[in-house]
Amino acid sequence: MDWGALHTILGGVNKHSTSIGKIWLTVLFIFRIMILVVAAERVWGDEQDDFICNTLQPGCKNVCYDHFFPISHIRLWALQLIFVSTPALLVAMHVAYRRHEKKRQFRKGDQKCEYKDIEEIRKQRFRIEGSLWWTYTSSIFCRLVFEAVFMYAFYFMYDGFRMPRLMKCNAWPCPNTVDCFVSRPTEKTVFTIFMIAVSSICILLNVAELCYLLTKFFLRRSKKAGNAKHHPNHENKEETKQNEMNELISDSCQNTVIGFSS
Amino acid sequence: MSWGFLRDLLSGVNKYSIGIGRIWVAVVFIFRLLVYIVAAENIWKYEHDEFECNIKQPGCENVCFDHFFPVSHISLWALQLIMVSTPSLLVVFHVAYREKREKHHNQKLYKSPGDIDGGLLCTYLISLILKMGLEIVFLVLFYKLYNGFKVPRLVKCDIRPCPNTVDCFISKPTEKMIFLYFLVATSCLCIVLNLSELSYLIFKYSIKCYLKRYIKKCQ
Repeated sequence: MDWGALHTILGGVNKHSTSIGKIWLTVLFIFRIMILVVAAERVWGDEQDDFICNTLQPGCKNVCYDHFFPISHIRLWALQLIFVSTPALLVAMHVAYRRHEKKRQFRKGDQKCEYKDIEEIRKQRFRIEGSLWWTYTSSIFCRLVFEAVFMYAFYFMYDGFRMPRLMKCNAWPCPNTVDCFVSRPTEKTVFTIFMIAVSSICILLNVAELCYLLTKFFLRRSKKAGNAKHHPNHENKEETKQNEMNELISDSCQNTVIGFSS
Repeated sequence: MSWGFLRDLLSGVNKYSIGIGRIWVAVVFIFRLLVYIVAAENIWKYEHDEFECNIKQPGCENVCFDHFFPVSHISLWALQLIMVSTPSLLVVFHVAYREKREKHHNQKLYKSPGDIDGGLLCTYLISLILKMGLEIVFLVLFYKLYNGFKVPRLVKCDIRPCPNTVDCFISKPTEKMIFLYFLVATSCLCIVLNLSELSYLIFKYSIKCYLKRYIKKCQ
């Protein structure tokens, strides 16, 4: 049980995401979770053991370490990744709810229901429109907020993104101001900057996705208003053609992303 | 055998849960189990090694650690996760019993073995009450064992063989406290979810029962 379980949960959401959403998911899993697990955890693994203070006073090292690292970088990143991935579950729940409603309609024998069997409902990919659009947009907004909050918390707690080599500490029971040395400060700085850069890229992707969804929403609205005026029946044919094109584009992107991430 | 077993159990439970129950499964999975495994476990990994007392007397550190941490936070957390997930097994067993009964009698006895009605509803309600009870018990246990949810930097110890009152320093107290508060918050959230689900189910089925009786009376 580890990050793989989160991958399984979010993989299901991938099917209903936009192309930018799928790129975001790939960046999340490859450049953040994977880097955290295979590299960052090793770098921060010995952080307290190798945090050395220039004193033999028992307890001074513990207290100074706690003072300078109230919460370790690695744990903060883990929490950030969990919180940032969770809004996607809102979409997964909404999709599951819609599927449940369609299955109920199908079982009742509703003639409006256009599916031939339950399997088709299970495999169906829902388009991002109507209430699902609102859920999806809210989830992107939540993701943005969480990313921003965690980046700010990081900056605030560690006074920037650099890891200093030396810290001066005079918390009790240290007898006076002692020098404490952090282990692997340069490597930690490099990884910190890398994770911050990838967070920023994820923020940009989320902003782009939000703009794309909003643009699509307003375009669709103006098109509907225009079509309703001039061609009451024509809009359906045009929309169907556009839908097919969108499906083709997103399916080809999905195949690329799935191939890449597996 | 590891946490993967609990993950599979929760996935199975999810199949027979309804509405809020599924949100509960997601919260336990992501905000409790995943956080425990990827973050919390590592904080408490070397807690005994990093527990330092201001004395060279052999045995003093051991005795003081044992006095202040009769059961480690992390062990209690793991126990809580396991105990709180287990009542859902009652529902799984009941559904399996129903399916076995249908097979044995070779006829359809229930609308669907997984439908929450009749006896299965009682089992589901009992499992909800048990989950809530266990959550509250563990929160109270945490509070009583550690005098609240704070983790101090320094504890004073004077148990034999320590020759007098010595200062003992706990490692990473702030980080431990942050995660303890996180644990408490998610526990409280799970209690609220269970309570809402319980209230919703009782309300829904009372209305159903009342309507049935009313229709019968009219007829």
